[in-house]
Amino acid sequence: MSIELRPSPHLHSGRDVPTIMRHVVYALFPVCAFSIWQYGLSALALIVTVTLSCLAAERIANRMSGTVNTLSDWSATITGVLLALTLPPAFPLWMGAVAGFAAIWLGKSLFGGLGHNPFNPALVGRAFVQAAFPTAITTWAPAFAPQRFSEFIPSSLTLPFMVPNDISAWVAANMVDGFTGATPLARWKFEHFVYPVEDMITGAASASSGETSALLLLVCGLYLIARKFMDWRIPVAVVGSAMIMAWGFQLYDAETYPPMHLALLSGGLMLGALFMATDMATSPVTPMGVWVYGALIGVLTILIRYFGGLTEGVMYAILVGNAAAPLIDKYLQPKVFGARKK
Amino acid sequence: MSDEKKPVKMVVMQPAVTGSGRMIATLGSVTALCGVLIVAVWQWTLPAIAANKKLVLERGVRALVPDAERVTEYDATVGGITPAKGDPVAGAVRFYAAYDGAGKLQAIAAEGAARGYADVVRVLYGYRPECECIFGIKVVQMKETPGIGDKIITDAAFVANFDNLDVALAPDMKSLFNALKTVKHGSKKFGWEIDAITGATITSKAVGRGINDSVQMLLPRLRPHLEKLEKQEKGEEGREKGQNLGAALHSPFPLHPSPFSSQGASS
Amino acid sequence: MTMSTKQVTNMEQLLEGIWKQNPVFVMVLGMCPTLAVTVSAFNALGMGVATSFVLVFSCGLISLLRKQIPKEVRIATYIVIIATFVTLVDYIIQAVSLALYDALGAFIQLIVVNCIILGRAEAHAAKNPPLPAMVNALGMGIGFTIGLLALGSVREILGAGKLFGITLFGEHFQPWVVMVLPPGGFFVLGGWLLLFAWWARRKNAGPRSPHPNPLPEGEGANVPLRGTSDKRGHHGA
Repeated sequence: MSIELRPSPHLHSGRDVPTIMRHVVYALFPVCAFSIWQYGLSALALIVTVTLSCLAAERIANRMSGTVNTLSDWSATITGVLLALTLPPAFPLWMGAVAGFAAIWLGKSLFGGLGHNPFNPALVGRAFVQAAFPTAITTWAPAFAPQRFSEFIPSSLTLPFMVPNDISAWVAANMVDGFTGATPLARWKFEHFVYPVEDMITGAASASSGETSALLLLVCGLYLIARKFMDWRIPVAVVGSAMIMAWGFQLYDAETYPPMHLALLSGGLMLGALFMATDMATSPVTPMGVWVYGALIGVLTILIRYFGGLTEGVMYAILVGNAAAPLIDKYLQPKVFGARKK
Repeated sequence: MSDEKKPVKMVVMQPAVTGSGRMIATLGSVTALCGVLIVAVWQWTLPAIAANKKLVLERGVRALVPDAERVTEYDATVGGITPAKGDPVAGAVRFYAAYDGAGKLQAIAAEGAARGYADVVRVLYGYRPECECIFGIKVVQMKETPGIGDKIITDAAFVANFDNLDVALAPDMKSLFNALKTVKHGSKKFGWEIDAITGATITSKAVGRGINDSVQMLLPRLRPHLEKLEKQEKGEEGREKGQNLGAALHSPFPLHPSPFSSQGASS
Repeated sequence: MTMSTKQVTNMEQLLEGIWKQNPVFVMVLGMCPTLAVTVSAFNALGMGVATSFVLVFSCGLISLLRKQIPKEVRIATYIVIIATFVTLVDYIIQAVSLALYDALGAFIQLIVVNCIILGRAEAHAAKNPPLPAMVNALGMGIGFTIGLLALGSVREILGAGKLFGITLFGEHFQPWVVMVLPPGGFFVLGGWLLLFAWWARRKNAGPRSPHPNPLPEGEGANVPLRGTSDKRGHHGA
């Protein structure tokens, strides 16, 4: 009879990377569905294109590095879906594909694949196209256009490597009331216009495809938290610190700084706090570190939005938070039980 | 790497064997040789460099004032205006008077500069004394973000700000009646306001500030002496031009426009 | 590389810098101008030619004076000579094209601290007669120019849709703005290094058994190259 000897752990939760990743994909389904309902064919095509390009990039990277096929761990799929949700709905599809390749290659493969990446790959992809195509990534299309299920937004079908097709004629033909082509944050920054709260909840405000409804994002995030697939402290720390900062600025000078709800409900704060900042490979693991990391992201988001040249700051805030994560872990190591100070 | 290894005896610590006299002599003679080289090449290239600078300048002024036949450089100081010689002296404002074929003053051009988003934005502007206005600008140098900041060149609405920009002087002739002001896009109300570009506010403001600073310095010094510039002595300017052309001809380098567009900015 | 024991032909001297010891792709030297001025192929060519000029003439002069220069003050002497030729290049570029001069900016003066030049002077010119020294310097200069052109062309094609100022893809080409910004330099340099490392690894895959646990591209980038180059790689950096 042979006795099998194994190192600990002897019990585990039965969860592995593919399971967790699969549930994140489930949680993103309603967000994608809402986005498609709002923007129609263009949003659908964008999500499909970006995801497929991420999968293709992952496959090529596997091939070149001679490692095993990692498509089945779902991580490239999540990167693709999340990336598509942070892009404007009318973003040309070819640029979406560029973003997908940049996300996987620059954000993940170069560092050695899943788990070795210091930055959230989806945000690396977005940062790349933000720097490469600054105009296209700030061109917004109206939601709920009447023709959205029968035709594409013209800029979606731009020929590869060409300047996006002009969408103004299409916007005029599909006129949606009150469309200005600027996000709530931009309208505050440049016009001091306060968006109505209900528009930001129902998705009528201009935004990236997946960030229009803060409420829906919150519900999907709560599902992951309830199933314990996500560390609840990170979103709480991000949103909480952003709330306190926004509230403080509003108290200090309500003329100059936007009202608090604008900071919380607009832009990518909810999407970033729930689905990007919580990326396991790029966030700290120590209990205290998680709070510091979340607070750093929240504070930076507000600072970039209020004082930076950009209207939206979530992406860079999370990337900076990712970069700081190893350092945070290093300084906030919990004391080992029973260990004594030397 | 064998060719870089020093012989063993050099590695062993030894007191310096070279006398300081020899070191000084070597360094001194090498430096003297280098000095002679530099002076020779400087003299050789000087006319070509001067001609090149003049050519670039004239091309810029011509772009603003198409019917300019001749361009003369002046320096405006607190004491008055003098024909420019060499590099601008500290505190003086360099400006360029553009004349038509008959020697009549067409316009004044000068350069304004201010810090933009990435680097200093330098703008040449044209000033017409009759209307006391700026009638056009040309970006000389900028490194602003392509697609955003460089709209100051391509955005027709922004460029139109400078078709007729009011820079009338106050009655005391010491400053502008209304300082130039860059305002938020869409809120321009007065002739001295500049409508900024949405999303490129910092660059727009740099253009406005650069021109305003330059105009505020230049015009109070220029206006009292304007009649001195009105008519150009044909002979005098012709002679100067002749000299320059001669310099260009003797230059060892061709003066064709370079394939690189520094007007890079402007293309 | 063994000049002292083996006769090296001029052709080998020339090729060393162009290919085997390419300053940009193998030695990874002179990265400051490599990243900074390669926004267009024309700038890259201008910078490469200017650096080659300084390299060839300063190495020639240093080689000529190598027996006279006391070793205690050799670095000072080299720098004086290099700085002289940089000043000459500065004047000549102004005379040839002010536009190029404005585009290259401070990087013309900064040629003086380009470690390729002092590295060549110390490692080669100080120990060899003028002709081989100049040939070797020319090879390095050409290699450097090729490296800059490789970066400059990619950045100009993607960043502006042009090559040497000639529009390639028509008016509607969408420029990749990031390529003419500083990050673009890093991306393109990284891409080229990756390509060369991948190619070198494939070439050497035979006798040197491949890494047992192949590394992903990024981490593996330097591994095979160290095997092929003769460790001279990082001495002047």
